[in-house]
Amino acid sequence: MSGVPILSLVTFLPLVGALLILLIRDDGDAARRNIRNVALLTTVFTFAVSLLIWIYFDNAEAGFQFVEKAAWLDSGISYHMGVDGISMLFVILTTFLMPLCILASWESVEKRVKEYMIAFLILETLMIGVFCALDIVLFYVFFEAGLIPMFIIIGVWGGKRRVYASFKFFLFTLLGSVLMLLAIMAMFWQAGTTDIPTLLAHDFPANMQTWLWLAFFASFAVKMPMWPVHTWLPDAHVEAPTAGSVILAGILLKMGGYGFLRFSLPMFPLASEFFAPLVFAMSVIAIVYTSLVALMQEDIKKLIAYSSVAHMGYVTMGIFAMNEAGVQGAIFQMLSHGLVSGALFLCVGVVYDRMHTREIAAYGGLVNNMPKYAVAFLIFTMANVGLPGTSGFVGEFLTLFGIFQVNTWVALIAASGVILSAAYALWLYRRVVFGALTKESLKGLFDLSGREKVVLYPLVILVIFYGVYPAPVFDATTASVKALINNVTVSIDAAQTAAAN
Amino acid sequence: MMYHFIVFLPLVGFLIAGLFGRSIGAKASEYITSGLLVVSAVLSWVAFATVALGDVEVFTVPVLRFLDVGGIQADWALRIDTLTTVMLVVVNTVSALVHIYSIGYMHHDPHRPRFFGYLSLFTFAMLMLVTSDNLVQMFFGWEGVGLASYLLIGFWYKKPSANAAAIKAFVVNRVGDFGFLLGIFGLYVLFGSVEFSTIFATAASYLPAEGPAEHSDTVLNFLGYALDKHNALTIVCLLLFMGAMGKSAQVPLHTWLPDAMEGPTPVSALIHAATMVTAGVFMLARLSPVFELSHTALTVVTFVGAFTAFFAATVGLVQNDIKRVIAYSTCSQLGYMFVALGMGFYSAAIFHLFTHAFFKALLFLGSGSVIHAVSDEQDMRKMGGLRKLIPTTYWMMVIGTLALTGVGIPATIIGTAGFFSKDAIIEGAFVGHNAVAGFAFAMLVIAACFTSFYSWRLIFMTFHGKPRATADVMHHVHESPPVMLVPLFILAVGALFAGVIFHDQFIGEAYNEFWKGALFTLDTNHILHDFHSVPMWVKLAPFAAMIGGFAMAYLFYIRSPEMPKVLAERHRGLYAFLLNKWYFDELYDFLFVRPAKWLGRFLWKKGDGWLIDGFGADGISARVVDVTNRVVKLQTGYLYHYAFAMLIGVAALVTWMMLGSSF
Repeated sequence: MSGVPILSLVTFLPLVGALLILLIRDDGDAARRNIRNVALLTTVFTFAVSLLIWIYFDNAEAGFQFVEKAAWLDSGISYHMGVDGISMLFVILTTFLMPLCILASWESVEKRVKEYMIAFLILETLMIGVFCALDIVLFYVFFEAGLIPMFIIIGVWGGKRRVYASFKFFLFTLLGSVLMLLAIMAMFWQAGTTDIPTLLAHDFPANMQTWLWLAFFASFAVKMPMWPVHTWLPDAHVEAPTAGSVILAGILLKMGGYGFLRFSLPMFPLASEFFAPLVFAMSVIAIVYTSLVALMQEDIKKLIAYSSVAHMGYVTMGIFAMNEAGVQGAIFQMLSHGLVSGALFLCVGVVYDRMHTREIAAYGGLVNNMPKYAVAFLIFTMANVGLPGTSGFVGEFLTLFGIFQVNTWVALIAASGVILSAAYALWLYRRVVFGALTKESLKGLFDLSGREKVVLYPLVILVIFYGVYPAPVFDATTASVKALINNVTVSIDAAQTAAAN
Repeated sequence: MMYHFIVFLPLVGFLIAGLFGRSIGAKASEYITSGLLVVSAVLSWVAFATVALGDVEVFTVPVLRFLDVGGIQADWALRIDTLTTVMLVVVNTVSALVHIYSIGYMHHDPHRPRFFGYLSLFTFAMLMLVTSDNLVQMFFGWEGVGLASYLLIGFWYKKPSANAAAIKAFVVNRVGDFGFLLGIFGLYVLFGSVEFSTIFATAASYLPAEGPAEHSDTVLNFLGYALDKHNALTIVCLLLFMGAMGKSAQVPLHTWLPDAMEGPTPVSALIHAATMVTAGVFMLARLSPVFELSHTALTVVTFVGAFTAFFAATVGLVQNDIKRVIAYSTCSQLGYMFVALGMGFYSAAIFHLFTHAFFKALLFLGSGSVIHAVSDEQDMRKMGGLRKLIPTTYWMMVIGTLALTGVGIPATIIGTAGFFSKDAIIEGAFVGHNAVAGFAFAMLVIAACFTSFYSWRLIFMTFHGKPRATADVMHHVHESPPVMLVPLFILAVGALFAGVIFHDQFIGEAYNEFWKGALFTLDTNHILHDFHSVPMWVKLAPFAAMIGGFAMAYLFYIRSPEMPKVLAERHRGLYAFLLNKWYFDELYDFLFVRPAKWLGRFLWKKGDGWLIDGFGADGISARVVDVTNRVVKLQTGYLYHYAFAMLIGVAALVTWMMLGSSF
C-alpha cells in the first residue's frame, strides 16, 4: 500500500462526486435521479476504498500509519495526514454511514436535491479530514468548516423552527471554536510547530496546560455535547432532516470525544488529571439529568437526542478515567453510538416520511402493520439500552468498569443510567410501536420498503455482530490506546516525582 | 460438541422461527422449535448422567473470543460441572414440555411463530446464563432472559396492562442489574478477574484464617470508605445479591413478578416459576466460594429470603386471580431458597430449585389447562365445581399441591418432592448459625402453613363447590387435548418422585460424589450434617403447619364458605392491606415514579429551558438577533458571518506564525 495516498483519496473522493453533481445542470426528474445516483455511487465507492485502510491497517503498530506529508503553508504548517488505532475506525464509520444517509434522503428530499447532495458530500470530505489530519491547523480547518454544510443542511432542509435551531447550533459552537483557535496559536508560540506528532512528544509547562486544556475543552464539550452546553443538540436534531440527524449524532458528536483523545489527554496530561473530577461531575450529571429529561419528552427525535447526551456522558467519563478499559470503552461506545443513534434516527425517519409528525402521541400500535419495522426498532432500542449481545453494552460496560477503578461514586451514579435508559427507551417503544392500532391515520401505513430495508438491515447486523464479537474493533485500537495510556501515565508520574523532589 | 448442541439448538430454533416463521408457517415453527428443544433436553439428561452422576470433574468448552480489554478477560465459553448440568436438566426439560404444551394452549393464536421463537430465545439465554464461565457472560444471559421475559410478558401487545407489566418487569430487573454490575466491578477489583476459575482460586486467600496484619489492608475504596478484605467482600456480595433480588423477585424488588402474569400461561410456567426467577438462586450458588466467606452478607440473604417467604405467603392468602396466587407462591418459595443459601446450605437451595421447577411448572400448566377450559377466565370467584368436568387436570393440580405443600411422613423417606427439599430448608434454618436463623425458622414455618392454606384454597375454589361461572361458560368446559396433558403427566412424575430419587445425591450421603466441589462450603460449615439431627418437634413443625393450613382451607371453603367473607368484613383494614399487596406498588409510585417524572419535567422546562437557554443561548442570541437583523437577512447572513469569522481566524493565525518565524 505504500505510495498510494489512500487517506487523501478517501478524503477527497466525495469532493470529486460533488463536482460531478455540480456539472449536472438540468433540474428535471431525470436529472434529480442522476444526482442521487452519482451521490450514492460516490459514497459507496468511498466506503469501499476506505475499507482498504482497515484491511491494510497494521494492528500491532501504535503510531500513525498511511502517513502523507507535503508542504502547505509557510512556517511549518504542512498538509500532514495519517491514522492510528484511535482515528482509523471513525473514518470507516463516516464512510459507512454516508451511503445510508444518501439512501435515507432518496425520497424525502425533493427540493434543491442538487445542493443537498453537494452539501452532504462536502460534509463527508470535511469529516474524514478531521479524523485524518495530523496538523493542528489542518485539523482546525476541517473541524470548523464541517459546521458550515451542517448549518446549511439544518437551515435549508430542516423543519419549522430550522432557523432558530441552526442559529443556536452556530452560537454554541462558535463559542468553543474561538477559544480553541487562541489555544492553537499559543501552542504554536510555545512549541514552534503545529505538527501533531511533534506536539504529542512536546511537554507543555503545567500552568500553560491548564489554560490550553480549558480552551480545547470549551470546544470539545460543546461538540460532545456535555452538560450544560447540550441544549443546542435537541433543537438541532428535531429540526434537521433525517440524514442530518444521522450525521450529527453518528459523526459530529464523536469529534469532541476524538478531540479529547487526540489533544487533551496526550498533550495536556497534567491538566487532564487535574480536571478529571470536573469532567466526571459533568458526565454523571449529564447521564442522570438528560435521562430524566428524556423520560418526559413528547417528541421522538428530542427523546433520542437527550438519550445521546446521556450516552456521551459515558464517553467523557471513560476517557477521563484514563485507564485502558475506560478509553477503549469510550472509543467503542462512540463507534457503537454512531451506529445505534444513527439507526434510531433512521427509524424515526421511516415513520416521519409516512406521517410527517414526530409527536409520540400521534403514533401507537405500529407493530400491527409494520412488523419488520418493529423488530428493527426493537433491536436498536435494546442496543440503546445497552443490552448485552448488542454493541451498546460493550462500551457502556467497559466505561463503567474503567471508572469503577478510579472513583466508585462516579461509577455508582453513572450506573443508575442503566435503569433510567431502560425506562425512557422502553416507554418510547411502547407508545410508538405497541398497543392496538386505533388511530385511523396509521391504518394505511406500509411496512419497510426495499430501500428502507437496505438502509436498516446492515445496521441491525452490525449492532448484533459487534455486540457478540467486538474483537475486530479492539484489535485495531489496542496498540494505540495502550501507547496513549502509557504516555499519559508516564507524564503524570514524572510530574509527581518532580513535585516530590 | 454435545454441549454446543445443548446450548445452541434453542438458538437455531429461535432463528428459524424468527426469520422464516412467516414463510414456513405456524405448524412448522412449532414442530421445529419443540423438536430441537426435546433433543436439547434429552442431551441434557445425558450430560447430567455423565457429569453429575458420573465422575467427570469441572471442565470448560471454549466457544468464541469476546472481551480482552484493560485486564478483563471474558470469552464465550461453557463451564460444565454438576451445578451446570442440574440447571441444564431443569431448564431444558421444563422448556421442552412448555413448548409442547404451548402447541395446544396457543392453538388459536395468530402469532405462534413469534411465540415459539421467543420461548426458544429465552431458553437459549437461560442456557448461556447457567453455563457461563465468567461474570460477563452470566450478565449476558441474565439480561437476555430479561429481554425474553419482557417480550413474552408483552406478547399480547394490544393489551395496555400487558405492556405496562412488561416494562415494569424490565425496569425493576434493571434496578437489580445496577447492583449486579457494580458487584462485577467490585469482584474484579478484589480478585483481578471476572472468570470463575480465577475468582474461586483466589477466594481462598480471603479466608478469615489469615494473619490479622494483612487482613486490615485496604483492598477496595467504595464511596469514600476504605474497606479491608472482609468488608469489601461483604459489600461486593451485597451488590451481587441486589441483582439476585431483582431477578428472583425478593422484597423489595418483587413487584414485577405478579404483574408478569399478564403473559400467556406457558410463559409463567417456564420463566416466572421454573427457570428465570431461579437465576438469582443459581448465581449465589455458583458464587458460593465468595458468598461463603462473608457471614454478614449471608445473614442479609437469610433475612430477605425469610421475609419474602412470609410476605408473599400472606398476600397469596387473599388473591382471587388463579395465576397470581401461584405467582405469590413462587415468590414465597424463592424466599425459602434464599434462606437456604443464607444458611450456607447451598445444596438444599438448588435441590428446592430442582423440585420446585417440577411442581410449580405443573401447577402453572395445570392452571393454564383450567383457564383454557373456562374460556380464558382467571378469577377463581367465577370458577368452582370443575372437578367432575376436567378430572385429569384436577388430579394433576392436586399432585402439584401435594408436592408444593410438602406432603410426606416425617422422619421417613416417603413423601412428595417438596417434602424433601422444603423440609430440609426449614430444618436447616433451625440449626443455622447466623443471627436471624431463628427468625427465618419461624417465618418459614408460618409461611408453610399459609402455603398449605392458599394452595388448598385454590383447589377448593376452582374445582369444588357449586359452579359460579355462567351457564354458557360451564357448557363449554372441556378437558384439554393430550398435547397439553402429557407434559402435565411428566411433570407430575417429577413432582412426586424427584425428591425421593435424588435427595441422597443433593443433600444426603452421596453429596460429595455428586457435587464434586461445585458448591463450596467452609470447613466450619456443618449444616449438611446438623440438619439431620434436629429434634423431632422441628421435623414435625412443617408437617403440622401444612395440616393446619389444609384444615383451615377446608373449613373456609368447603364446610362454611361464608366464613371468609365474615372475616374479611371484620378485619377490613388487614384484608385490604393484604389484597393490595402491602401497598408496595402505591409506595413505589409515590417514592420513585412520580418524583422521577416531576424531576424530568422540571429539569427539562426549568433547567434546560429557563436556566441554560434563557440565560445562555437564547439570551445572547436575542441580543445578537437584534443587531444582525438590521445588518443582513437571516439565513445566509449567519452563514457568511460564520464562515467569515473562521476565515478571519485562520488568517490571523497564519499571520501570527509568519510574523513569529520572521523574528
